[in-house]
Amino acid sequence: MDSGFDFEVIQRTLPYLFREGMTFTLTLTAIAMTGGIFFGTLLALMRLSRFSWLSHLAGAYVNLMRSIPLLLVIFWFYFLMPYIGAWVLREPNPIKVGAFLSAAITFTLFEAAYYCEIMRAGIQSIPRGQVWSGYALGLNYWQTMGQVVLPQAFRNMLPVLLTQTIILFQDTSLVYVISATDFFGAAIKIANRDYRLVEMYSFVAVVYFIISYGLSTLVKKLQDRIAIIR
Amino acid sequence: MLFETEPGATGSYLHYLLVGLGWTLATALAAWVIALTLGAVIGTLRTTPMKWVVRAGNLYVEIFRNIPLIVQMFLWFFVMPELLPTGLGDWIKQQPPPWGMYIPAVICLGIFTSVRVAEQVRAGINSLPRGQRLAGIAMGLTQAQAYRYVVLPQAFRIILPPLTSESMNIIKNSSVAFTIGLLELTGRAKAMQEFSFRVFEAFTAATVIYLLTNLIVVILMRALEKKVRVPGLIAAGGAPQAGH
Repeated sequence: MDSGFDFEVIQRTLPYLFREGMTFTLTLTAIAMTGGIFFGTLLALMRLSRFSWLSHLAGAYVNLMRSIPLLLVIFWFYFLMPYIGAWVLREPNPIKVGAFLSAAITFTLFEAAYYCEIMRAGIQSIPRGQVWSGYALGLNYWQTMGQVVLPQAFRNMLPVLLTQTIILFQDTSLVYVISATDFFGAAIKIANRDYRLVEMYSFVAVVYFIISYGLSTLVKKLQDRIAIIR
Repeated sequence: MLFETEPGATGSYLHYLLVGLGWTLATALAAWVIALTLGAVIGTLRTTPMKWVVRAGNLYVEIFRNIPLIVQMFLWFFVMPELLPTGLGDWIKQQPPPWGMYIPAVICLGIFTSVRVAEQVRAGINSLPRGQRLAGIAMGLTQAQAYRYVVLPQAFRIILPPLTSESMNIIKNSSVAFTIGLLELTGRAKAMQEFSFRVFEAFTAATVIYLLTNLIVVILMRALEKKVRVPGLIAAGGAPQAGH
């Protein structure tokens, strides 16, 4: 490095990095977390279902998603989405799907497989007696699950679900490969424009570290609190 | 489609992808050696009574766990040579193509995974009753001998199942090396799609190859687990964990 560390470039581009990039990253994380936990819970219920074809189907999906790299899944969806979209909307030609929409759908469906395994463990940690007493009180399947089992499962698994979300937050940086402008993507654009690779990449690493470390410290505190109450 | 000649004319597309698999495995295996060595040492040190060593171990784990893998990859590839003395940095940058990316990728992936191995090793050691180590010391073993002959052999058997999933993770995570230009399996599937516009064929082939590789890893690790099993020592099922 000949010119020394240039803090000025970071300061100058902060608004762009955070308003454009971090907003993208956080929105994507929030959508994928909400959707992922929703579909993951459904998948977990399917996996534990009495109907063996349903549990096999969900199991196959989860195992498939968990055995291939996230990058490959991102490519799969990015290149196939226009065709799937055209098929769903009955358009004759492939439609245009933006990087954000593509990433949101990819991460939701990919993370659902991981959230599913967490929720499955959570549901299985609830004693069977809880389910039977629900049925004995005259509740049907959805009432028993929705009002008795799932609230307890969520509570027990909350720290693991949140840790998975921190990993999801870090993984969203991979959308760089489909040229999306997330926090990392924005930093790369500036790094290449101003030729400030060292500054931008170090800064990105520090920001990701502070956020992830802060969140995981909070999760640890939460875990201790939940452990005491139980 | 898979048997058509790829534009580089070195062989069929299938051959092109299989060479990619070779790079994937070469990256994952070399990184796995680093990860196991570093992870075992750091994980063990974090269970010792030496306060400063434990703190240093915790710092290492927190740093490499809380930065996304792709950012670490960029740091090793773009930033590291700039921070080294100019001569050494230039020498690294002038390495011929696959090696210039392969070495940073292996170091990065190895250290990234070593953190996860270290966490498993520590958890494995802590899951043993304290009496095991104390009994070893009461029999006249030194602290190091107690680890070597009593604690570690049991701990490693306990953590074999989570290590299986780590060894599958390292294969999957090696795909991130493609972002710094290493043409491994995912990178080659992407390149094949660009050459031929056959999205479906390229990614299906890569997916199937990944699935088969995973299957082989699982079978090998199950065989290893069976081979080193100690009758009577029941490996405890792990708690659910977050991962990717």
